[in-house]
Amino acid sequence: MNIEELEQIAESVRAENARFDHEINICMGTGCLSQHSNLVKDALTEQVAAQGKSAMVRRTGCMGLCAAGPLVLVDPEETLYQHVHPHNAAAVIASLGNEPVKELQCNLRDHFDQQVHIVLENSGHIDPERIDDYIAHDGYRALVKALTEMTPNDVIQQIVESGLRGRGGGGYPTGLKWGTVAKAGGDLKYVICNGDEGDPGAFMDRSVLESDPQRVLEGMAIAAYAVGASKGFVYVRAEYPLAVARLSACLRDARRRGLLGNNICNTPFNFEVEIRLGAGAFVCGEETALIASIEGRRGTPKPRPPYPAVSGLWGKPTLINNVETFANIAPILRNGGKWFAGIGSERSKGTKVFALTGKIKNTGLVEVPMGIKLREIIEVIGGGVPDGHTFKAVQTGGPSGGCIPAEMLDIGVSYDALLTIGSIMGSGGMIVMDDTSCMVNVARFFIEFCMTESCGKCIPCRAGTAQMYTLLTRICEGTATMDDLSLLEDLCSTVKEASLCGLGQTAPNPVLSTLKYFRNEYMEHIEHKRCPAGVCNMKAHVEALA
Amino acid sequence: MPAYAPPPLPSDDKRWKIVNGTMRKNGFARYALIETLHTVQSSFGYLDDDAIRFVARSLRVPLSQAYGVVTFYHYFSLKPPGKHTMTICTGTACYIKGTDKLLASAEKRLGIAQGETTRDGAISLMTARCVGACGRAPVVLTDGELQGQMTDEQVIEQLERWAVE
Repeated sequence: MNIEELEQIAESVRAENARFDHEINICMGTGCLSQHSNLVKDALTEQVAAQGKSAMVRRTGCMGLCAAGPLVLVDPEETLYQHVHPHNAAAVIASLGNEPVKELQCNLRDHFDQQVHIVLENSGHIDPERIDDYIAHDGYRALVKALTEMTPNDVIQQIVESGLRGRGGGGYPTGLKWGTVAKAGGDLKYVICNGDEGDPGAFMDRSVLESDPQRVLEGMAIAAYAVGASKGFVYVRAEYPLAVARLSACLRDARRRGLLGNNICNTPFNFEVEIRLGAGAFVCGEETALIASIEGRRGTPKPRPPYPAVSGLWGKPTLINNVETFANIAPILRNGGKWFAGIGSERSKGTKVFALTGKIKNTGLVEVPMGIKLREIIEVIGGGVPDGHTFKAVQTGGPSGGCIPAEMLDIGVSYDALLTIGSIMGSGGMIVMDDTSCMVNVARFFIEFCMTESCGKCIPCRAGTAQMYTLLTRICEGTATMDDLSLLEDLCSTVKEASLCGLGQTAPNPVLSTLKYFRNEYMEHIEHKRCPAGVCNMKAHVEALA
Repeated sequence: MPAYAPPPLPSDDKRWKIVNGTMRKNGFARYALIETLHTVQSSFGYLDDDAIRFVARSLRVPLSQAYGVVTFYHYFSLKPPGKHTMTICTGTACYIKGTDKLLASAEKRLGIAQGETTRDGAISLMTARCVGACGRAPVVLTDGELQGQMTDEQVIEQLERWAVE
């Protein structure tokens, strides 16, 4: 495979598409599929034939606006239809070339105009299971360019220059990580793609794997070339069957096209990828635990150093990056590191994909430039809180993150800014809460999560989260005293300081951030036995105590 | 070195051949433990003692280690599932949208707690830690099929439909 051959494939796809006057794209991601978008596709295909229109019907990945599914996008008019049912198919097809169907049209300009798509540039535009579609959208050009025109060091230089930081949550500079693995000795190295998206309320990785899996593979192959690895693993949650199926199909197609395997692009570079299924353990998102899981063992973390970059999978130097990180690689190499560094804020470059959920109008997936104000994401892109309720907090970073109150909404989204206000960027979950959510109860929800997900290896996390849960339960039940509250605060710092891995170290964050910004709610629960949001049922417990 | 001879299959149930196939594909390497357990669970629906013993022996993994892995990961189940399974997502987005109420009414209707199966073996009630369809919260999986924006009534209705089968 070389650039000319890629161009030939792209040309034939474009010629094929040019035969039609219209392209009808139907979202077949998990969200829309659950609303039977497959039946919509069948109905549209049938109608195209019945009405004799010149249109192609294409299955695509996620278009982002899950709340309005099933979504149908008609090109070149760029008409987006929402809540499309199979019985609407006749009207949609009949409207081709005429006025669009008004009552189905989705006119959320604000939602889309504020977004910048790099990772999601192909989502909703290509068939995720057709490698040629990906190639027609500049796919695999970056890999061919890297292999034929660049040295591994050049590739790493571009990544360093781009300022890309790990999108799994930690924000470690990607170029630096690659450099460390490249420098590590030994002829056998591994590349792992972390798709163990464990944060409840986050689905960016699922969506990317379902909508544009080839992009992730291309990123992995480029990484393997840069660090000198020949074998890769994609670790995906077993809870994402569609992502696993699409990824498997992609691996097969990439091998067939000679973009995986031996002597890729007639160079000495060999790279093979295998899928490994997670088995439902949140802690496996931690890199050393993930490695243990690929080795077939219990997913318990190990102390670092040694870092996986030096001694990882089976003791070999291993590069681990998140799905979204790998998805950024191809565009960076295509357009240059400087281009990427020109997007975003000073210390956080590029864009970030967020899963916007909870009490918000436009739930779904959004990709925004770093540095954008939280308020803009929630009020403009998200459309604000529905049903006349008022915004209370937005939770970022999953169980390791914190709750951000309304008065902090004007901060720009970046790794550092979120850290200073007691939350973290995390992998990209963004859960909006309104006045019907009790912040103490939310803190208890997260601690309960961390308690069940603690692997049990180290005591501060295993016992600490359990004790914190008991104390928070007492507060929610109205049986707590002020001593319990100070004990809770003590425990927060113990668990934070003394735990081995990220799970324990960050588990107190939801409690600490709610204590910082919503202390009055804790006080109401303790002193007045009252839940301001009306969530906690205290009466029975308080009476039993009396 | 003599070729490794794995133990004989536990019975002539064809599903063991599928399990064995996964192990063979991985050269009976120890790291194939989780992969193999996935195959057992997808073929048999759960992992019983015989299956864990067979897999441990075939991969030359101590039984304690195999059992440790099975019990560490939530995805693996040691009990046979009911004829139908309702899985209620308890991820953050679903929680904010009131999934705890769905769970409570399902538990009340069936008279069992989450993670249990009704005594007649008809329905299992499970919870999941986020299935990644948060845009459609609250989410329920009925026999693996994803249903979004579920209400109390829809949950009860589904359970009643299964009960009269």
